[in-house]
Amino acid sequence: MSTLLSVENLEIRTAGRVLVSGVSFSITAGERVGLIGESGSGKSLTALAVLGLLPDSMRASGSVLMDGRQIVGARDRDLVPLRGRSVAAVFQEPMTALDPLMRIGGQVGEVVRRRAARDGRKPGRAEVDAQVTALLERVALPEPGRVARAFPHEISGGQRQRAAIAMALACRPKLLIADEPTTALDVTTQAEILKLMEGLVRDEGMGLLFISHDLPVVATVAERALVMRRGELIEEGAVEPLFDRPAHPYTEGLVAAARAFDAALETAP
Amino acid sequence: MSGHDAMVSGNGRARKAALPWPLAVGGLLVGLHIVVALLTLVWTPYGVGDMAGGRLEAPSLAHWAGTDRLGRDLMTQIMIGSRIALLVGCGAVALGALIGVTIGILAAFATRTLDDVLAAALDILIAFPTLLLAMLIVASSDGASLGTAILAIGIAGSAIVARLTRILAKRVLAMDYITAARVAGTGWPGIARIHVLPNIWPTLIVNFALQFGLAVIAEASLSYLGLGAPPPNASWGRLLQEAQASVYTAPFGAIAPGIALVSLVIGLNLFADGLRDAADPTRRRSR
Repeated sequence: MSTLLSVENLEIRTAGRVLVSGVSFSITAGERVGLIGESGSGKSLTALAVLGLLPDSMRASGSVLMDGRQIVGARDRDLVPLRGRSVAAVFQEPMTALDPLMRIGGQVGEVVRRRAARDGRKPGRAEVDAQVTALLERVALPEPGRVARAFPHEISGGQRQRAAIAMALACRPKLLIADEPTTALDVTTQAEILKLMEGLVRDEGMGLLFISHDLPVVATVAERALVMRRGELIEEGAVEPLFDRPAHPYTEGLVAAARAFDAALETAP
Repeated sequence: MSGHDAMVSGNGRARKAALPWPLAVGGLLVGLHIVVALLTLVWTPYGVGDMAGGRLEAPSLAHWAGTDRLGRDLMTQIMIGSRIALLVGCGAVALGALIGVTIGILAAFATRTLDDVLAAALDILIAFPTLLLAMLIVASSDGASLGTAILAIGIAGSAIVARLTRILAKRVLAMDYITAARVAGTGWPGIARIHVLPNIWPTLIVNFALQFGLAVIAEASLSYLGLGAPPPNASWGRLLQEAQASVYTAPFGAIAPGIALVSLVIGLNLFADGLRDAADPTRRRSR
C-alpha cells in the first residue's frame, strides 16, 4: 500500500506558545484512522495543518507530505490544485458547513464542475444535474430532487451533514478528513451517518482521518487510532488492542470513562 | 394565501403571492421619480428658462408648484431636478459600490499588514466630512459639474461601502463552508464570487439604497452651496437656495422641492428594506 499522508515531527506554534509538537503519523491509501483527544488537545489544528489551512497567526514546522507534496511552508496558491484532488474535508457544524444562500444542488454542482474543470472538461448543465442527483442518492438522501432545490435551512441537520459529505465525495479525494462530523447530531442520526461514511470510504477506497473525542464512535469507524493530549501524540495502534489494553494511563482513563458511561446507561432503568 | 399554507408548500411559490408593502410603496415613489425624470427628456410643462408667468406666483392650474422669482415654472424645474437627483445618485452609488466593494473584498482576503493599512486608510477617509471632500474635489477640478458631484459623493460613499464590505466578508470567511470550499480547491477569486458576494449582497443592497438616499441629499447640499450641477440643470438644492430669500412671502417655493427630495429619499429607504427581505431566502418564509 502506498503512503497517502505522511506527517513527520509536526509542530504548530502561535506567538510564543507551542500548540502541537512532535506529531508523526502516516496514512496509507484506503486506511481508516481515528484521531482521539479531549478538547484543546490539538486534533483539529493537526487536521488544519494537514490541509494547509492554519490561521495566519499560527506557524507550522516539520513535514506534512500529502500525496508526495510538501504542505508545510507551501504557498496557498500552490496548494489549490492539490486540494479536492488529494484531500477533502467534512466539518463539525452542519449549519455553517453549507452556504446558507445557495441551494444544495448548486453547492454540490459547483464542486462537480470544479472537479471536471480540473480534468479539462466543461460539463453541460444536464450532466452536472445528473451527477448531483447521483451524489445525493449516494449519501442516501431521500427525494434527491427536492433536496437539490432546497436551501440549507429547509432541511434537517442530518440531511445537511449528508449533503456536506456528498460535496466531499464530489471531489473524489484520496483522503477524507472528517472533523467531528457527527458531534452536532443526535445519537440515531449519528449512527446512520457513521455507517454511511464507513461504507462510502470502503467502497471508494479512500483514506479516512476521523477526528473525534468520542471513543465508541472512533471504534466504529476506524481501524487504527491515534491518541493526542496537550498537543502531543501519546499512543497509537490498531483500535481493538488499543482500547482493550491501553498502554498510556491517559488512554486508560479515556477507555475507563467510556466504559463507566456505558455501564451507567445499561443499569439505568 | 395564509402563512400556514406557505409553510406546508415548503420552498414553493407562495412567496411570490405577497409583495411586501415597503417594496411596493418604495417602488411606487422611486418609480414615480424615474417616470418623471424620463418624461423630462421629451416633455416638460414649460421650457426650463421660459419666464412663463408672473414672479413668485402661488400654485395654480397653470403653474402647479407656482413660479420662482424670475417667473419660471417651478414644476418644470422640480421635474428636471428629479433627473439630476437620480443621475447623480445612480452615478455616485455605482462609483462608490465599484470602488468600495473592490477595496473591501481585497482587504478581507489580504494579509494582515495590508489589511491593517487599508482599514486605517478607510477610517481616515470616513472621518473626513463628505461635503468637505466634495468641495476639495470641485476646487481641484475646473469648476463644478455633474461629473465632479458624482465623483465627490461616490468617493466619499466608497469608504463606507468598503468598510462594511470588509467586515461582512470577514464574517463570511470565518464560516466552515469557506474552509470546505478552499479544501475543495476553490481559489480566492472563486470564493469571493460564489460564496462571499452572494452572502453579503442583501446587506450591501440595503446600504446602497441608503447611500443613494444620502447621495441625493448630498447632491442637494452641494447645489445649495453652489458646488453642484450648474444651470440650466435645475437641482433641488439650488431651488431651495433660491427660495430661501423669499421663504416668508412665498413658502411654496421651498416646500415643493422639499417634498420632491423627501419623497425620493423615503421611497429609496423603503425600497431598500423590501429588497433586503426579498433577497434573503431565510426571510422569505416568514412573510
